[in-house]
Amino acid sequence: MTCELTQSRLHAYFDGELDAMGASEFEHHLESCPDCESRLAAEENLRTSLAGAQLYARASESLRKKLQISLPTAAVPPPLKDSRSSIEKSWRWLAIAASVILAVLLGTQYVEKLNRYSQQQAMAEVIVDAHLRSLQPGHLEDVISTDQHTVKPWFDGKIDFAPPVRDFANDDFPLMGGRLDVIDGRTVAALVYGRRKHIVNVFVEKAQSGDSQNASGELQGYHWISWQQNNFTFTAVSDTAYADLDQLKQLFLAP
Amino acid sequence: MLEQADRARFEADVMPHRDAAYNLARWILRGRAQAEDVTQEAFLRAYRSFGGFQSGNARAWLLQIVRNCCFTWLQQNHVAEQMSEFDELTVPPKPENPESLAMASYDRERLQRALEDLPAHFREIIVLRELEGCSYKEIAAITTRPIGTVMSALARARQQLRTLLSEPVPKGAHLDL
Repeated sequence: MTCELTQSRLHAYFDGELDAMGASEFEHHLESCPDCESRLAAEENLRTSLAGAQLYARASESLRKKLQISLPTAAVPPPLKDSRSSIEKSWRWLAIAASVILAVLLGTQYVEKLNRYSQQQAMAEVIVDAHLRSLQPGHLEDVISTDQHTVKPWFDGKIDFAPPVRDFANDDFPLMGGRLDVIDGRTVAALVYGRRKHIVNVFVEKAQSGDSQNASGELQGYHWISWQQNNFTFTAVSDTAYADLDQLKQLFLAP
Repeated sequence: MLEQADRARFEADVMPHRDAAYNLARWILRGRAQAEDVTQEAFLRAYRSFGGFQSGNARAWLLQIVRNCCFTWLQQNHVAEQMSEFDELTVPPKPENPESLAMASYDRERLQRALEDLPAHFREIIVLRELEGCSYKEIAAITTRPIGTVMSALARARQQLRTLLSEPVPKGAHLDL
């Protein structure tokens, strides 16, 4: 007959979970119970073996890195962003310097063209970057809903404007959700649409005076198109065909 | 999205428990790749619900999320696993010779195999207690069970682990940590 304490108090004693009174009571019991005494020795042996076997599995270096970068975009360590924006800055300086020389040589007409081009190029990089970031696991939506009446109120209080949220499921652009994103240092609303097997991000922000009316482009296989509507600037980006993005734009523009 | 201060707090309080999170996932799921995936998912969930966690034991809070993600994963992936509760995990009582048990020595491979052969809820509790060094109170919080249940489950998990260790070693045991 096994002492019943081997299934209960012995473990609490062994694990240091008994208070002083309880522990001394059990030690008193131990003196007269060979059953508990030998079981305690067996537990100690098992623990020593487990500890000696070094079974603890630590997170690999690659997992550590993944955990760091997979936290939502805002938690990306600042150095990354700084180096990027400084590259952009120096690039812009270069563009400006080149512009000045060209202005002297060729006149103002060309400068406008070049500025527009460099601005668009910088914008394309930032947009495609944001799109790629959003495709990392778990980053796409903060509010997951196909219902525009769920997604729209979600932005209330999180951003200082009410982005127009519409579902175009009937036109094969189902609304999948929304999130906040940071593009070029500005907080924007991101609406996520599905297009067959592709993901389309539509960034919405308040229009700024310098924003060009309409623009589009392609970078690394990703298309983007931007337009203005009701004092908002919309930018749609995806790896789907350009015609799809144009169709989405028309859907937004339709009343 | 988390405020700047919360984000810094998350980095300071939760991120240091990466190893604890991965270790628990690795033993519940019994595989490196799935443990890495589930650990990532658990961290994202933790990050998103961090606003609701004000103060207290960040490790226990994180590990509760990790183990919930693990058991969800096991269910979703239909892993053949004894998912029954402690009370139904009946161990056939085996005659033991405590004197020899106190002297027995087990190598790493043997211990790993035996630990992996335990039912998931027993693996979890052994890992939390013996590898992670959690108190009963912490284990109770992580597994959302009463402390008394934790104690008796631990007793049975240890007994079953010893039973498995006393069985003959099968051929082709594979070590993958």
